[in-house]
Amino acid sequence: MALYSEKVMDHFRNPRNVGVIEDADGVGEVGNAKCGDIMKIYLKIENDTIADVKFETFGCGSAIASSSMATEMIKGKPLSQALELTNKAVAEALDGLPAHKLHCSVLAEEAIKNAILDYYKRNGLPFDPSLEQACAHCEEE
Amino acid sequence: MQVYADNAATAKMRPAALQTYISTAKEYYGNPSSLHEAGQAAKEVLEESRARIANMIGAEAREIIFTSGGSEADNQAIFSAAMFGAKKGKKKIVSTAIEHHAVLHALDRLKSEGFEIVLAPVDPNGIVNMSALEQAIDENTCLVSVMLANNEIGTIQPVREIGAICKSKGVLFHTDAVQAVGHISVDVTALNADYLALSAHKFGGPRGVGALYVKKGAPLFPLVEGGAQERGKRAGTENLPAVAAMATALKESLLHLDQATAKVTALREKLIEGLLKIPHSALNGDRIKRLAGNASFCFEGIEGEGLLLYLSDMGVSASSGSACTSGSLDPSHVLLAIGRVHDVAHGSLRLTLNEENTEEEIDYLLKVVPEAVEKIRSFSPVWRDLQNGKRSFIL
Repeated sequence: MALYSEKVMDHFRNPRNVGVIEDADGVGEVGNAKCGDIMKIYLKIENDTIADVKFETFGCGSAIASSSMATEMIKGKPLSQALELTNKAVAEALDGLPAHKLHCSVLAEEAIKNAILDYYKRNGLPFDPSLEQACAHCEEE
Repeated sequence: MQVYADNAATAKMRPAALQTYISTAKEYYGNPSSLHEAGQAAKEVLEESRARIANMIGAEAREIIFTSGGSEADNQAIFSAAMFGAKKGKKKIVSTAIEHHAVLHALDRLKSEGFEIVLAPVDPNGIVNMSALEQAIDENTCLVSVMLANNEIGTIQPVREIGAICKSKGVLFHTDAVQAVGHISVDVTALNADYLALSAHKFGGPRGVGALYVKKGAPLFPLVEGGAQERGKRAGTENLPAVAAMATALKESLLHLDQATAKVTALREKLIEGLLKIPHSALNGDRIKRLAGNASFCFEGIEGEGLLLYLSDMGVSASSGSACTSGSLDPSHVLLAIGRVHDVAHGSLRLTLNEENTEEEIDYLLKVVPEAVEKIRSFSPVWRDLQNGKRSFIL
């Protein structure tokens, strides 16, 4: 289908890091079923580094591909670097998304931030307050 | 295996219609408005096509206006009746919640221009609530517009009855018959319709051509100005090859309609029986009062676009009323109108068959659709929550 790039289709057909981490250190969920998009990210964190990441997504092909790509981009990376992941970078890594699907990459960025925030909160760690705002925004999605 | 199961979007052209298209384009190249022989020969084909199409829907030739398709025909009927109504101070239009956007968006525009628009609700099977519809029709009503058959869920409306009500109340009646013509027998007189819209590519004709039936005496204004074509009601040089091919396609469709309907209904029933075995699934629309080829489902816990992409990879062409495929956050207004909640409406799949489809193709669909649903569910957090009991099943 020409709607999506080959990269998007590849990540849709063979999504990376699909699944659940039962003993996750941080879990982030954004979107809602009413709007047709839910993304859930599970993180395993060791020494401030993302040791493992899994995702589950209810949504269109680009939402599935965005979550798959985003998890690939943060796996093995320090938290500081994962926090810098932007939706733009996810979309670019997928060789672009159609304009009306860009919100899928936004959801991926927000789901990751949300999962890291959850990790900080669970462990009573200090965090940049702007992170909470980024996640307050996803609640409205 | 390749399975084309999106015939309600566009059906493959019938070979005879394609042949007519090519030969007409080649041989009747003249402009039907020209006085010379080439022009008059083209004009003859145009009028012959008009007479044939009229005859096949119980109309007179002069009651047929050729258009660019169903949407234009719907628009012209609605805006004509509205303009006429407005002149008499009647600025109310009654329709239904499940109309095609060609009707709903035209009504939206009229609403912004001060018209009162009432959309009658439908029951869970997608049949219009007759008492609500009838009660909404009053002395200010200039038009009632109800589709003959729904494009998404295939439900056939009691249009004959609605036409009779409109006639008795002296209100103009339009029916969008785009999905019906060529698939069920349609007689404009029996339906008491003042306007009826049809589209060629839904019954094996070319895309980009349709027709509007306008009952003799019913108001009609042009949407396109610029010439005397179509008795001054639709300017622009006529798309003759398409018009002629439409006439051929309709003839072919009606030739063996009973046999085709029986065959397609049997295929559809097998498909419905099989796919309803998927856990937490449901059929959309009335099981009996539906177009032979329409099978529309909702599968809980998934979003329809992924399903379409997966099926496309498996060689299956289908469609969905999910938000992702519509380009908005809201899923199909039709599915919401029959009471499907958002979560469920997102997981819809429409398979539309015709007599080109085979038993083997149905068997293939019965294999790949359940696989696709299972695959998409396997990484859906909604499906996990349903399994864990964190969320309750609706279907």
